[in-house]
Amino acid sequence: MRTSTYSWGIRFLSLLVVLTAWEIYGRSVNPILFTYPTAIAAAFVELVSKGELQRFLMQSLEVFVYSFALAVVIGIPLGILLARSQTLSLALEPYLHAVYSTPTVAFIPLIVLWFGFRVPAKVVIVFLFMVFPILLNTQQGVKNLSQDLLEVARSFCSSERRLWLDLIIPSSLPFILAGVNLAIGRGLVGMVVAEFFTSVAGLGYMIVQYANSFETAKLFVPIVVLMALGVTLIGLIKVIERKVTPWQNREQGEI
Amino acid sequence: MAKIAVRHLTKSYNGGRVVALQDISFEVQPYESLCILGPSGCGKTTLLRLVDCLISRDQGEVLLDGEPVTTPRPDVAVVFQHFGLFPWKNLEENISYGLALRGEARQEIAQRVERYIELVGLRGFEKSYPYQLSGGMQQRAGLARALAVNPSLLLMDEPFGSLDAQTRETLQEELSKILQQERKTMLFVTHSIDEAIYLGDRILLMTPRPGRIREILGVKIPRPRDISRVRSDPQSIQLRNYIWAQLKQHADNS
Ligand SMILES: Nc1ncnc2c1ncn2[C@@H]1O[C@H](COP(=O)(O)OP(=O)(O)OP(=O)(O)O)[C@@H](O)[C@H]1O
Ligand SMILES: [Mg+2]
Repeated sequence: MRTSTYSWGIRFLSLLVVLTAWEIYGRSVNPILFTYPTAIAAAFVELVSKGELQRFLMQSLEVFVYSFALAVVIGIPLGILLARSQTLSLALEPYLHAVYSTPTVAFIPLIVLWFGFRVPAKVVIVFLFMVFPILLNTQQGVKNLSQDLLEVARSFCSSERRLWLDLIIPSSLPFILAGVNLAIGRGLVGMVVAEFFTSVAGLGYMIVQYANSFETAKLFVPIVVLMALGVTLIGLIKVIERKVTPWQNREQGEI
Repeated sequence: MAKIAVRHLTKSYNGGRVVALQDISFEVQPYESLCILGPSGCGKTTLLRLVDCLISRDQGEVLLDGEPVTTPRPDVAVVFQHFGLFPWKNLEENISYGLALRGEARQEIAQRVERYIELVGLRGFEKSYPYQLSGGMQQRAGLARALAVNPSLLLMDEPFGSLDAQTRETLQEELSKILQQERKTMLFVTHSIDEAIYLGDRILLMTPRPGRIREILGVKIPRPRDISRVRSDPQSIQLRNYIWAQLKQHADNS
């Protein structure tokens, strides 16, 4: 209890010092080049009251949610298949690794060419950013089955269905969640980059637009929102992780 | 008819480079308990795996109740040297694993689980995950899981290896009682000569590289046995010295 109060105190104090320093320094700099927290807060209120921020945020989230759903629905089953079928993994692995190893940004112009500037193109781009960590982690998780536990299941004459329930799914779950975690980080990057490129909608477009018009305080608003989005999503995964894989909650030191 | 009949069993690993077992033949009668003693690496675990058909054999055959085994049987339960608890199941769920697979009724499962948790002294840890249990506690959980399915044949791979002397004795006594009451046949691997003498009707001595049977010895101490009495029994003292000399002789030769 005491340590928890202590660590929250330190965090709060650190935040206060940094924000104050930023405020003081920010006010002394040309507002085109830099800004300060209260100016960002004012810009935030303005953009929200005009409904602009919500609109762009929803556009981004729409793309993100579709891509995420696709990445999960395709990545997890395909990962499982690749882990269970050697033929399939031998046949597909070269391509998967080739595409995964290529910086995904390199594909964006091609995808824009094929799918246009709107939601479908962006969904494909963000999907490409997200699917590989999920797919490859799932594959690794299913493959990393403990031979000892497999032996236990066989000795108790487990059916194939129960084998999945008792062994394969729970043992690969932490891997899958780690993949999802990675995918979310990559997906946010993909989303912003896609919006830079297509420049018609979303938080990324908002950033480009306000950078071009030198409205630096407003430029910071989508950045802060993206930051909050990243923190929230990763935190959400952590919570889910703790809930569905309680056996992984070993005692650890202070975070 | 013998409960277990093992005939000319041979098993090698790594494409024949490691011969784990060579030409093993023995029989175990119903309700008999056979203890297996031998130095590390002589193929004891391999032998147990072959009896339950968890791995494939190179040659020979294994008959259970007169029938060749081709796949693991539900009335055979194994206590693994590696414990083999599921990290994502708590103690209760781990112990009920075999019962749940059989589709036993919930109430029946709860009753049996409670009974065997009590028996192995793990009351109060029902909701604990394996990582929250000590090695010895995990080992006892593995024992409870095997006993809970009420098997006709128990295959035990050093099930008391990680226990302190007191717990070990308690469980040896409990096991001995269960064997008597529930009429089970048992193959029991151990490194402890005293344990083999106390629990075994016969003792199978093995030699390594390649794993072979050196000798099968009878333990003619009547049951029910009392641990301290068995320990000071003249026959057991003689047997212990003999086995010790046999194992030592082999260790000296190699
Ligand atoms: N899966 C495996 N692959 C290759 N070699 C193996 C395998 N399992 C066992 N062996 C080899 O077979 C021999 C017998 O192993 P086994 O595990 O049966 O010995 P053990 O008598 O149970 O030993 P311990 O008392 O240490 O448990 C050893 O030489 C070991 O190296
Ligand atoms: Mg062994």
